[in-house]
Parts: sequence; structure tokens; C-alpha cells
Amino acid sequence: MWTWFHRLASPPTFYRFAERLAPWLLVPGLLLIGIAVWQGLFVAPADYQQGDAFRIIYVHVPAAALSLSIYTAMSVAGAIALIWRMKLAEVAVVTAAPIGASFTALALVTGMLWGKPTWGTYWDWDARLTSELVLLFLYLGVIGLHQAYADPRTAARACAWLALVGVVNVPIVHFSVQWWNSLHQGSTILSAEAIANPKMAPEMLKPLLMSMAGCYLFFGAVWLRRMQNGVLLRERRAKWVREMVLPALPADLPNARPPAGGPGTARRGDRA
Amino acid sequence: MTKRNQRLLGVAALLIGVGVAATLGFTAFRKNMMYFYTPSDLAAGTVPVGAAAQLGGLVEAGSLTRGDGLKVEFRVADCAKNIPVRYEGVLPDLFREGQGVVADGYMNDEHVFVATRILAKHDENYMPPQVADALKGNPDTGKHSCMPFKAVDKTVAAS
Repeated sequence: MWTWFHRLASPPTFYRFAERLAPWLLVPGLLLIGIAVWQGLFVAPADYQQGDAFRIIYVHVPAAALSLSIYTAMSVAGAIALIWRMKLAEVAVVTAAPIGASFTALALVTGMLWGKPTWGTYWDWDARLTSELVLLFLYLGVIGLHQAYADPRTAARACAWLALVGVVNVPIVHFSVQWWNSLHQGSTILSAEAIANPKMAPEMLKPLLMSMAGCYLFFGAVWLRRMQNGVLLRERRAKWVREMVLPALPADLPNARPPAGGPGTARRGDRA
Repeated sequence: MTKRNQRLLGVAALLIGVGVAATLGFTAFRKNMMYFYTPSDLAAGTVPVGAAAQLGGLVEAGSLTRGDGLKVEFRVADCAKNIPVRYEGVLPDLFREGQGVVADGYMNDEHVFVATRILAKHDENYMPPQVADALKGNPDTGKHSCMPFKAVDKTVAAS
């Protein structure tokens, strides 16, 4: 098990592993999202109070759940990158941030669109909305910090520190509706009470769970692909990249075949 | 101690430090994190007369009266107390008796909350209309219970 893990941490092994795994996440993920959207829009009954406006939940709740999960995953990768100095974990941190920022923005926008007809306002500064906005800023901070350094390893480590500091916001977002009075309602599915005693009719809940599962798979596929890109970019001068990837590229691509030897090969003694 | 253990310790110290700081900060500023006051808070005089505040609670069943034009009066209640509210303006679609609301405004010297804006507060329950009809009149469904409302002033128990 551990040896397999160590092998996976080596960029070429990871690259081949991700190449094989990504389609197995992407295709079921998109299928699930497709079925969930169809069921959510046409099969699930309208809500007794909100009517059809509630259907935005099939986008909003998965996006919000992903925004927190991705941040948690990013900071776990950050801790691994900082403690074990693992290159692949550094790549994982910086590649997760834009995906997380997108899901956070989606959660905020869909929430605002739902808030206007339901609450009567797009936005108000309650604990849940504000902490989710802070989460978006944290993601944007990680993206910005990554752009601010020329050296990818320094940049990734700075991003990892920021990801670790910001992880305190994840429980705040999740529990904000329990700890404080808020405009946002409590958890419909992700709380101990809601799991014991479902707060949503089963025919409405089923598409929501499918949509969530689909979004997680979709995120997994996108993350793997982005990490592959990140690994290629970092290792572009390494022998395995030249041997495996470059023959597949058209020969007349500018800068497609960098000269042999360089910083990438010089650092091959590095861990991972 | 190896370099790696030092880094492990650094990361752990950072996480614990930030966590403790956040806990202390949010405990100290608990009042400021509350989005609204409950009727129990206002009845206990937590907010001075005339000061801007937000009041949250349920529109008490049977308390809604409509005046000229857009004028409405109703009572907002939690499990213990209720406060009369006066408002003139557009109400959100979800506004109805038994519904959670959040009102911006102030307490006047007649102990009436004069609202300048009313938002509807939705709860975490979703169901088709038939199910909602079947549940009507059953007090144990938890529908719009007063549980989610926390008194800002901890000495005011909304039990």
C-alpha cells in the first residue's frame, strides 16, 4: 500500500494513472449531472411554498458542497506539500484553487438568484453569505499568490500556507447557520439532525443526491486533468515528458522540443 | 527532531493557533455575528428605543391586519415573546402567517417595532404541496418551529 502510494507520487506514474482514471470519473459524472438536471427540472414536484423557484437547489447545493470540499482537499494537499515536500501535492494545491473558486462563485450567484424571489433580496450580510464570500476571496488569494512568484515551488508553498490558514473558514461556513441567527436556512441534508429525520421529500432529494455525486466525480476528473497539466509544465524538461508526450505533438509547434538537459533534469534527485 | 517533524509541528501549531484565535474572537463577538434579535431580546430591552435593529421571528398566526394601501400590522413571535410590528411597503412573496421573517427597523417608544424592510426567512424543509397539506395541523412536523432562533442576549432564555 505505502509503496504503491510512493510510486504514485512520482510524476510519470501519476500522469499515466490520471490518464487512465480521469475518463472513468468524467463520463459517469456528466451522466449523473445530466440525469439529475432532467429529473430536477421535469420530474421532481414543485415545492409547497417556493413553487418552481426551489429547483435552483440542484445547482446551488452541489456547488456549495463542492466549494467547501475542494477547499478542504486543497489544504490537506497543502499540509502534505509543506511537511513532506511532495511535488505532486504542490501541483494539487495550485490546480485545485481555480476549480474551487468557480464552484464558490456558482454557489454565490445561484444563491443570489434564489434569494431575490424567496427572501426579497439578492444579498444581505448574514453569517453564511459573508463567510462564503470570504471563501471566494481565499480561493482568489491562492490564485493570486500563485501568480505572484516566478519560482513554482516557492509559489506553491506560499499557496499551501494560505490554504492552511484559510481552512478555519470551512467549519465557519458549514456551521454558521447553527451557531448564529442567519437569513440563510439551516442544512437540509448535511446535518446530523437532517440525516436522522429527512427534511426534503424523497422524490425531490433523489435528483439532488445524484447531482451532488455527479459534481464530485466531475470535479475529480477536472482536478486530475489540471494536475496532469501542472505536472507536464513543471517537468517539461524531464526525460519522461519528452519520451512520452512530445511525440504526440505536431512537430511544427513552436517550443515543442526544448533542448535536452536543464533545470528539470538537474533536479531529478528530488523527492517525488 | 528531524526537519520533517519540525515542519509537521509548524503546520499543527498554525492550525491550532488559527483555530483558537477564531474561537476566542467569535465567542467574544457573538452578538455581532447574530443577524437579528429575537422578540425575547427586544422585549427584555436589549436594544434601546430608536436604535436600528433587525428583528427575526415567526409571523404570529391570526395577528396580520392590513390597513390603507400597503400598510400592515402583525406580531412577530419566538417561542416565548411577541412584538407588534408596523410596516408600509412591498412584502416578499413568501410572507404569510406562520412564516419566518426578518424585519429591519427600530423600536418606538410605544414598544412597537417600526419596520423599514421585511425579508422572508425560508426554512430547511422542502416538500410537494400534497405532502404539506397532509401535514397541516400536525404540530409535531417541525414546520417553522421556533428552534432556529437564538436569543442574542444569553440571559434572555427563549425556552
